[in-house]
Amino acid sequence: MHDMTMAQQAALLASGELTSADLVEHYLARIEQHDARLNAYLAVDAEGARLAAAEADKRLQRGEAGPLTGIPIAHKDIFCTTDMATTCGSRMLENYVSPYAATVVDKLQAAGMVTLGKANMDEFAMGSSNENSYFGAVANPWQENRVPGGSSGGSAAIVAARLASAATGTDTGGSIRQPAAFCGITGIKPTYGRVSRYGMVAFASSLDQGGPLAQTAEDCALMLQAMAGHDVRDSTSSVLKVPDFSESLNENLAGLRIGIPDEYFAQGLDSDVGDCVNEALSVLESAGAILKRISLPNQNLCIPAYYIIAPAEASSNLSRFDGVRFGHRCENPQDIDDLYTRSRGEGFGPEVKRRILIGAYALSAGYYDAYYKKAQQVRQLVSDDFTSAFAEVDVIAGPTTPTTAFERGAKSDDPVAMYLNDLFTVSANLSGLPAISAPCGFADGLPVGLQLSASVNQEARLLNVVHRYQGLTDWHRRMPDAVA
Amino acid sequence: MLLTPDDIKQIAHLARLGIEEAALDHLAADLSTMLDLVEQLQAVDTEGVEPMAHPANASLLMRDDIVTESDQRDVLQAPAPALQDGYFLVPRVIE
Amino acid sequence: MTWETVIGLEIHAQLATRSKIFSASSTAFGAEPNTQASAVDLGLPGVLPVVNRDVVRMAVRFALATDASITRRSVFARKNYFYPDLPKGYQISQMAFPIVGPGRISLTLPDGEEKIIGLTRAHLEEDAGKSVHDLFDGYTGIDLNRAGTPLLEIVSEPDMRSAAEAVAYARYMHSLVRYIDICDGNMQEGSFRCDANVSIRQSGSNTLGTRTEIKNLNSFRFLERAIEFEIERQIDIVESGATVVQETRLYDADRDETRSMRSKEEANDYRYFPDPDLPPLVIDDDFIDAVRSTMPELPAARRARFVEQLALPPADAQALCADRQTADYFEAVFENHSFAPRLAANWVLGELFARMNKENIPLAASPVSSAQLGRLIERVDDGTLSGKLGKQVFDALWSGEQDVDAIIDSRGLKQISDTGAIDTMIDAVMADNPTQVAEYRAGKEKLLSFFVGAVMKASRGKANPAQLNQLLRERLKG
Ligand SMILES: [Mg+2]
Ligand SMILES: [Zn+2]
Repeated sequence: MHDMTMAQQAALLASGELTSADLVEHYLARIEQHDARLNAYLAVDAEGARLAAAEADKRLQRGEAGPLTGIPIAHKDIFCTTDMATTCGSRMLENYVSPYAATVVDKLQAAGMVTLGKANMDEFAMGSSNENSYFGAVANPWQENRVPGGSSGGSAAIVAARLASAATGTDTGGSIRQPAAFCGITGIKPTYGRVSRYGMVAFASSLDQGGPLAQTAEDCALMLQAMAGHDVRDSTSSVLKVPDFSESLNENLAGLRIGIPDEYFAQGLDSDVGDCVNEALSVLESAGAILKRISLPNQNLCIPAYYIIAPAEASSNLSRFDGVRFGHRCENPQDIDDLYTRSRGEGFGPEVKRRILIGAYALSAGYYDAYYKKAQQVRQLVSDDFTSAFAEVDVIAGPTTPTTAFERGAKSDDPVAMYLNDLFTVSANLSGLPAISAPCGFADGLPVGLQLSASVNQEARLLNVVHRYQGLTDWHRRMPDAVA
Repeated sequence: MLLTPDDIKQIAHLARLGIEEAALDHLAADLSTMLDLVEQLQAVDTEGVEPMAHPANASLLMRDDIVTESDQRDVLQAPAPALQDGYFLVPRVIE
Repeated sequence: MTWETVIGLEIHAQLATRSKIFSASSTAFGAEPNTQASAVDLGLPGVLPVVNRDVVRMAVRFALATDASITRRSVFARKNYFYPDLPKGYQISQMAFPIVGPGRISLTLPDGEEKIIGLTRAHLEEDAGKSVHDLFDGYTGIDLNRAGTPLLEIVSEPDMRSAAEAVAYARYMHSLVRYIDICDGNMQEGSFRCDANVSIRQSGSNTLGTRTEIKNLNSFRFLERAIEFEIERQIDIVESGATVVQETRLYDADRDETRSMRSKEEANDYRYFPDPDLPPLVIDDDFIDAVRSTMPELPAARRARFVEQLALPPADAQALCADRQTADYFEAVFENHSFAPRLAANWVLGELFARMNKENIPLAASPVSSAQLGRLIERVDDGTLSGKLGKQVFDALWSGEQDVDAIIDSRGLKQISDTGAIDTMIDAVMADNPTQVAEYRAGKEKLLSFFVGAVMKASRGKANPAQLNQLLRERLKG
C-alpha cells in the first residue's frame, strides 16, 4: 500500500477497494518497524488515528468523502494540535498541548485526513539538518548516517520512508524544499499568504509559509488545495480565490519559458548535483520548454539579508516564551528576571539562542539602520530581480541545494557553513514567491532536488511543470531500500 | 572579532536569555562569524531603496468590532506553570 | 533668576470599542481575572493579531477633530521589552508612521485667552495587562483581561507653560474624546491617563532643559499637583548647582510628591521594528469620507453657532458645549417650539443644573426629559404659567410626573389672566384694607407691593403678575 501515491490511495478509498482503517494500520506497523531508527516522529497517536480512520470510512461509505478523506498524514510539530503535544522540537514546549488547533490542522481534518502523529523538526524551525531538535536528530532514510535536511526534516523523512502518505511542513528559508531535496520527495512552498499561519508557531513571520511534502506534484496539488485559502484569523493571508491546482496539472509545456540563472550554477554548487539538474532541464526542454539564461544579480546577498531579517523577527517572536503562561519554567525563580533568564536559557537550544542574540543585536539601538533596515532594502533589491526576471520567463529553475545530504555532525560546529544550505532557497521567502522542489536524480546514492519558482500566486504552474516532468521520469517513484 | 563576550552578556540580558559564563567565548566567536557573513550588505548601494518589511503587497485586512470570544480561562490556562484564583503567578515584582 | 516651565503631555485614551484592538475578546471593565483573555491576548504560540476596524475609525475621528493629518499608510511596530503583564514580550504600537500626524487645538485658558497647542502625533497601540501585588504572599498575580485593550496615545508638543495650562489641555482632550464618542473618559477605570513631560529653563531661553516623565496621572488634580511639585523640585536642583536627571517618575498622591521609578531606571532598548504580522494600514479617501459623514459638530463650531445664531451669551454657550450630551439636550429642548433658545438655556443652566448638582446626578439620569422641559417652557412663554408656577411644574416632573399639561390641570396651576376675575379679587382686598387704600392714595405708593401680595395670595399665586400690577395701579388711583 505504501508504494502507492496519495492520489492512487485516494482512488482505491473512493472505489471501496481500500479502507482508511487498513491504511492506518499499515502505516502504524511501518512506523513501529522503522521509526526507532529514523526518529522522524515525535508523537504517534494510534488511538486517535484509528478513530479518525473509522470516521473517514463512514464518510466514504456514505458518499460524503472528499479526495483526501481517509488519507493518513503527519503534521510538522510546529502546527498546533489539541490532542497531541506541540513541541516545536524544543525543550521549551516539551509537554505543551495547545488549547486550540492551527487552521491548517482544522482544514485538513475537515477534509477527512487522518493524523498519525507529529513530525520531528529543528528547534523552532531553525536549522537545515534536523540536528537542532531537542528530541534528537532524524536519519535520512536513504543513508541513515546522513541528515534529512531541515527544518521539516521529520516530515520529509516520513514521506520518503513511506511512514505516512504525506506530511505538512513549513518553509522560512527553504525548510520544505531543502529536506524534500535531501529525501527525494516533492515539496512546495506556496506564495506568502496562500496558507494561513494561524496556529503555526512563528519563526520569522514575514517569511514563514506552510505547505505540503508528498511523493508527487499531483499529491502536493491535492493537499495544498485543502490547506490554502483566506483565514480571517491571519491578516497576512491572501483573499484571492484559490485555483483548482489539480485541473491544470496536465497542461502542455510547449513554449514554457524557463529561466536559468547563471548565479545558481556558480557559487559552491556540487558538480554531480549540477549534472542532475542539467539533465532535468533537458527533459523539460524535450517536452517543449524553452530554456533561457537569465541573471539574478543580487542572489549573493540573499543569505546575508536573510540572516538579519529572520533572526530579528525570531528574537521578537520568541519573547513570548517567558515561563509565565506556558512552556518551560525554571525551578525556584528568585525574582522575575531570574524566571525569564533561566527559563529561556534552559528551554532554548544553542542555535535558537544564537539567532535570538543576533536578532536582538541587529534591532538594537544604533545598529538598526546598519543591519535591519539595510537588509530590508536588500530584500527589495532581491525581490526586484525576480520582478524583472518574470517579465521574461514563466518559471525559474535550478538546484534546490548546493549539495546532497551531508553526514550528521559534519556542519554542526559551523553555523555559517550550515546556513549555506539555503543558498538557493531563501530568495523565494524574501520575495514571497512560490517555489517547489522535486527529485531529479541521484548523486552517490543520494537524491538531488530540482527547484522551480514562479511569480506570486503561480503555484498551479509549478505543480503543472513538475507533474509533466514526473510523467517523463521516475525519480519520484524511487524508495530507499531500507524501508522498501 | 566583532563581538566580545561582554557584548554577548549585554545582548543576552536584553533578550533575557541565560547564557553560561563558559559559553560566552564560543558564542562571541559564533556571532562574530555570523556578523562577518552579513557584513557584505554594507557594501551594497541602497540609496533611495524603500525598505521591504513584508512580501504581501496587500493592505491590512480588518475585522468588525464584534465580541466572539467567550470565557475559556480553564482551557487556556491549562498549560500554565503557576496559577492561583485565576491569576498567573510570577515571583513578586517590586514596583 | 526666573524660570520658565515647559510641559508636554502624553495621554492614553482607551478607545470605546466592544472588542479588543487585535482580538475578539470583550473590553468590558471589571470581569473576573483572565476571563476576557483569549488565546490571542495571552500570546499563545501560533496566534496572530487582526485589527479592529472601529479602532481605526476612531483614530480618524480624532484626526478630523484636531485638524491633524491622517497617515494614509501607517505601520504597526513592535516595542520589545519583558514585563509579566506584557504577554508577547512586545507591545504592538506605532512608531515611525503613526496613524495621526501633526495637528493642533485651540485652548481657552482660565483667563479667557486662546492658546494654540500643537499635537505631535497620535498612535494606536494595545494596553498591557494588570499586575496584582497585594493578593498573594511573595507572588505577583497577572490578569490579562486588559491586555489588548485599544489605546490612542495622544502626544502634545511641549507647548504648555504651567500646571494650570497642562490641566486645561488635559480637560480639553478629555472633553473632546467624549464629544466625538471615542473614549468614555472614565479616569477611575483608567480609560484616560496622562503622562507629563516636565522641564524648566531660564526665561527667554530657547533650548529645552532635561525633562522628567511623570507616569500614569489619573486625575486632573494629581496632574496639577504632580507638575507643581516637579517644577519646584527641578528648580531646587538647578539652583543648588546640580543637574536634573532624565528619568521616569511616579506621583505619590499620599505624600504629594514625585519619586524616581528605580525599577524602570535601566536604559530600555525597545528594538522597535515593523510588525511582520500586520501589513501597512492603508486608509483611503472613501474610508475618511465615511468617517467624516458621521462626525458630530465639534464644540468650538457649536459654541460659535450658539452665540451667533441663537444669541446666547458666550458664557452660556461655553457651559452648554462642555459636553455633547448637554448641548444635544439643550438643542432638543427648543427643537419643536417657537420660544427663544435663550429661555431654554436659562432653564437648562438654571433650574436643571441646580437640581442635578444638588442631587449629584448626571444629565443622562435626569428625570426631566428635553421634551418635557420644552413643553414646560412653552407653557411659561405662552402665559399659561407664571415663571414661579413653572418651577412648581418642574418639581413635579423631577419627582416623576410625566405630562406637563396634566400637572397644570390637576393642580389648577393655570395662570389667571381674566381681567374680571382679577378685578373681583382686587375689590375684596380693597374692601378689607380701607386704611391702606387711603394711605396709598395719600402718596404712600410703596404699598403697591402689599396689594400685589394680597391679591396674589387670594389667587393662590395664579394671577398673571403683569396684569395684576396694571389693574391695581388703575384701581388704586381712585
Ligand atoms: Mg509614551
Ligand atoms: Zn503608550
